[in-house]
Amino acid sequence: MFLYLGKRLAEILVTLVGITLLSFFIIHLAPGKPTDVLTDLNPKITPEARERLEKYYGLDKPIIVQYLLWVKRVVRLDFGDSFSTDRRPVWEKIRERLPVTVSINLLSMMLIFLVAVPVGITSATRRYSLYDKVTTVGVFIGFAMPAFWLGILLMMLFGVYLNWLPISGLRSMNYETLSAGGKVMDLAKHLVLPVFVSAFGGIAGISRYMRSSMLEVVRQDYIVTARAKGLPESKVIYRHALRNALLPIITLLGLSVPGLIGGSVIFEQIFSIPGMGRLFWMSVMQRDYPLIMGLLTIGAVLTLIGNMLADLCYAVADPRIRRR
Amino acid sequence: MLRERFTRNRLAVAGGVLVALLFIVALLAPVLAPYEPDYIDRYHVLEPPGRLHPLGTDDIGRDVLSRMLYGARVSLSVGFVAVGISTLIGMMMGAVAGYYGGIADRLIMRFVDVMLSIPSFFLILAVIAFVGPSIWNIMFIIGLTSWMGVARLVRAEFLSLKSREYILAARAVGASDTRIILRHMLPNSLAPVIVSAVLGVASAVLLESSLSFLGIGVQPPMPSWGNILTAGKANIEIAWWLSVFPGAAILVTVLSYNLLGEGLRDALDPRLWERR
Repeated sequence: MFLYLGKRLAEILVTLVGITLLSFFIIHLAPGKPTDVLTDLNPKITPEARERLEKYYGLDKPIIVQYLLWVKRVVRLDFGDSFSTDRRPVWEKIRERLPVTVSINLLSMMLIFLVAVPVGITSATRRYSLYDKVTTVGVFIGFAMPAFWLGILLMMLFGVYLNWLPISGLRSMNYETLSAGGKVMDLAKHLVLPVFVSAFGGIAGISRYMRSSMLEVVRQDYIVTARAKGLPESKVIYRHALRNALLPIITLLGLSVPGLIGGSVIFEQIFSIPGMGRLFWMSVMQRDYPLIMGLLTIGAVLTLIGNMLADLCYAVADPRIRRR
Repeated sequence: MLRERFTRNRLAVAGGVLVALLFIVALLAPVLAPYEPDYIDRYHVLEPPGRLHPLGTDDIGRDVLSRMLYGARVSLSVGFVAVGISTLIGMMMGAVAGYYGGIADRLIMRFVDVMLSIPSFFLILAVIAFVGPSIWNIMFIIGLTSWMGVARLVRAEFLSLKSREYILAARAVGASDTRIILRHMLPNSLAPVIVSAVLGVASAVLLESSLSFLGIGVQPPMPSWGNILTAGKANIEIAWWLSVFPGAAILVTVLSYNLLGEGLRDALDPRLWERR
């Protein structure tokens, strides 16, 4: 298992270097000096700030040195100061928003897992039944549904017409006055729609994969053996088949991390949630380049952490890897 | 079993017909649209669907139906060009990696991993922040950030084709690498590429509408389904028609492309005929 994990870790490190190279390339994407773009588009910039910027990017040095200097800063989570009026360090801004986005994504991953796995199993075991057909249609609609439209429709239904749920932010105006239980309820009410919207596409995708993974597994010899032994069908499905069918799903959940993180831009923007995604959107609108680069790097690191966790789960779940 | 395959095909046919219809609608937009897309009816702002404006008007009095018809042109062309670019890049990368193997293969595949591990929406947004939002930039950026799947597909095909006898024969008679790749191997690995291109159009349409909705895609006054929805969100409490119709158009378009793509996959891949 350690050999396997070590190998994966080495691969991830190489990927990390690649990510920094790519980010660095994007900084230098614009024609001329990166500071030209910054300064030309920002009428508020002073000559001193221009000079500071050029020094910050180390533009007088060769490109390799520039890259290494940039990496050295990034490793210490130093992404420079935000261009916005508050001029706070980029990392500070990201750090206060990170928990919101990570917890919403974790919640929606849990929701995806809890809904998609049972749906996938049942539609596989009842293949071609009415239930299977209905879920198949649901999956196709789920794939095609624009997340932001779903968000708007649900806001309209539950927030505007039924007036059951709040439509923006994470807390009500009277949050501070609520009891502890009331605070939890308030937060939960604010989170229902965003979590559901961010999980929707994933539920469709993963339940589809769960279905085909299950269908694949029940054709295997050991399932035939289990049945031949006279085991009850529920035991065959939930003990023998499920454990094997879940393996690819773990990998898939790991792979869905970048989509979830990227998607947070959309649902955080719709529901005005103060997380990383909304911060990203605002930084793009304001052309706050240090903040954009910081968020891009942190997003990639989060993805890698997600992949690593998936690898770890995989190693724990699959004895064949553990033994290697 | 047979009936199953038939219904699947029927869905695929429905998808194909819808896609064709969309193209016709987009082409005929000037004929079908009751108004110019930018015409402002000052006396009917935020008007619900009615006789004068079949799908209502937006927050500055423009006809929603007309803007949606012209918006179809935007969505379809972004989808087409973006996928054209990504397919071209993906085929090139995959062909080089699969054909030459070795260090080129490892470099390219590592690059693919890197691209896949950055949240692509973040990447797209970051690039837009530097180059600015416009319909052309959107096409290129979506194309440049979505070629990885095709590259993997083509590489896998090439790996299995490389040692086939007709390829060895071509090499034996002295065909150049370029000729073998372009004349013999690419045409034989096109089937999965076509499928992924059709599915790619669906996700490009989805991406463009999300970007336009966020205000960093197609810029107004150019109409796009996504930026009509921006006005829909802003007027969510009073104007349902601004949200419902353009969103439904996106859903139907993406759904049709997906159905067509899945149908093509089933039809082109004989291995799937037995399974499922």
